[in-house]
Amino acid sequence: MSNSLEPKKSGAAKDVNDVSFVEVEQPGPAPLGKQALGFWVTFKTMFKKNLTVQYPDVKAPTEPRFHGRHQLNRHPDGLEKCIGCELCAWACPADAIYVEGGDNTPGNQVSPGERHGAVYQINYLRCIFCGLCVEACPTRALTMTNEYELADQSREKLIFEKQDLLAPLRAGMVMPPHPMYPGMDENNYYRGEVKSADPSQGEIVGESK
Amino acid sequence: MTTAELLGQDPAWLVAVKAVLVFAICVVSTLMAVWTERRVLAKMQQRTGPNRVGPFGLLQSLSDGVKLALKEDIIPAAADKVVFIAAPIIAAAMCFMSFAVIPMTGVVTLFGRETALQLTDLPVGVLYILAVTSIGVYGVVLAGWSSGSTYPLLGGLRSSAQVISYEVAMGLSLVAVFIYAGSMSTSDIINSQHEHIWNAVILFPSFVIYVISMVGETNRAPFDLAEAEGELVGGFHTEYSSLKFALFFLAEYVNIVAVSALATTLFLGGYHAPPGLGFTEAWLGGWFTIVWFFLKVNIFFFIFMWLRASLPRLRYDQFMKFGWKVLIPASLLWIMIVASLRVIQQNGASRSVALSFALGIVLIVMAISSFYEKSQKQARRPLPAGEAPDFPVPSLPGVSSFSASTRTHTSMETAGENNE
Repeated sequence: MSNSLEPKKSGAAKDVNDVSFVEVEQPGPAPLGKQALGFWVTFKTMFKKNLTVQYPDVKAPTEPRFHGRHQLNRHPDGLEKCIGCELCAWACPADAIYVEGGDNTPGNQVSPGERHGAVYQINYLRCIFCGLCVEACPTRALTMTNEYELADQSREKLIFEKQDLLAPLRAGMVMPPHPMYPGMDENNYYRGEVKSADPSQGEIVGESK
Repeated sequence: MTTAELLGQDPAWLVAVKAVLVFAICVVSTLMAVWTERRVLAKMQQRTGPNRVGPFGLLQSLSDGVKLALKEDIIPAAADKVVFIAAPIIAAAMCFMSFAVIPMTGVVTLFGRETALQLTDLPVGVLYILAVTSIGVYGVVLAGWSSGSTYPLLGGLRSSAQVISYEVAMGLSLVAVFIYAGSMSTSDIINSQHEHIWNAVILFPSFVIYVISMVGETNRAPFDLAEAEGELVGGFHTEYSSLKFALFFLAEYVNIVAVSALATTLFLGGYHAPPGLGFTEAWLGGWFTIVWFFLKVNIFFFIFMWLRASLPRLRYDQFMKFGWKVLIPASLLWIMIVASLRVIQQNGASRSVALSFALGIVLIVMAISSFYEKSQKQARRPLPAGEAPDFPVPSLPGVSSFSASTRTHTSMETAGENNE
């Protein structure tokens, strides 16, 4: 056997020039009446409804699955879902995500379990909105919103920090860091058994003092 | 009193006022034309078009003009500076000049004097327009040449070739009008239409040829080959910027309005009201005729926009073929027919003679076209069998195909043998 590449010699391979000439029936130009129909199309369109969206004045809603800005979600009691595992950063084909994990200590419990995302940055100049990071996330911490107005004046402003990406605190949540729900561990959190915050965890948002 | 005599009584200050008025009408109609075109074209494509500046975006073209004037004016290093600056001035000035002989109103009172909104009335008015638009071509040629760049040169050559060839067809289509009106003066042509019937009706073939060639003459879609973006960037004005570009832009639109106005004058009865609405001409002291005039001009302008929205751009060779092999022979033939009919009429022949002459012409044309179709069918027969050429080509009917692959393989094998 020689090491050099040899042209493939199989019976199926055919040269372009071996294909015989077959005359195709050409329909020729359409009759004049049919050609004039094009004018009717443009004339008719003048009286149709415009498709233009007057964008800055009218903001048409996107499709529900539209890939917009990311969001870092929270558990129902306000603890962050992100555990700082960096799987999103590894999945990112554009290298747009930077994550630094941190340890949860008794005095600083940001997420259930041992670890939380201490630093979380998404560079929207690099992000291609493919959603692979969302697929990679093991705790459903990272999802995408429908927000698409992401233009800005400088490069720095387009690197979104953790506080820019975190979901807002809803009613019934407690601002982390705070201890986990009494009598529950991270497994209960992941199974969705924590429905809301307990008064022992801290000051609950939306409740009168 | 003829219009020429009426205009001859104008004092110098009135002529100056009218000159300014004509200039203003040209500029304002250009601004409106740009806006109208963008809006109508947008509607035809289910878009909205400019709607931000002013009510309905009416001031869009004005703001575009201001923007153009304030932009940086670049003269390329390789350009011939004097000609580069002169070219847009020539192009724009000539378009305005052609408006001088176009009658926009009938007899009106302007600053207490009886006159007509027409700067001057030449006995050879239409020829003057043709001459002036021909000089306008110099603007295009010189712009293309003086830019010192390839694309403008090609674009300039293209559009000048185009304008010149379509001017031939245009001029020929006008000959029938001259024969019928017995004059080349714009006002006389309008009067002759007022007495009889619009030239668009009796000289319908001329009218069609004129409308086609006026689109070709103004370098507009589907004949805008000079500005074929995919091939020539911007054509002759690629290197132009700022006010000089604005002048070319202005020239293009004034030219469109001018050819539309000429079409109105020569074929649609000019400023006169359509048949049956003649009583409106007395309204507003004769000024109402300007409404009819611009209504008719706008019909042509709408045709321009409609063509642009509906038709793809022609290929250059097809376009030239159409001009030289279809439009010019057709208008020559039509002129011959019109001239013969006119002579028959003037020699006092009866109507039946004229009718039978026309019928005979129709029969001859039908016979020629049927022969032409027959010859076209013969031309489509397959090629005679021949020998295969010595280089690889796609196989043709009746030609035994040449296989490039077998030959290269054998040569490789022999080379291999030599090595061993």
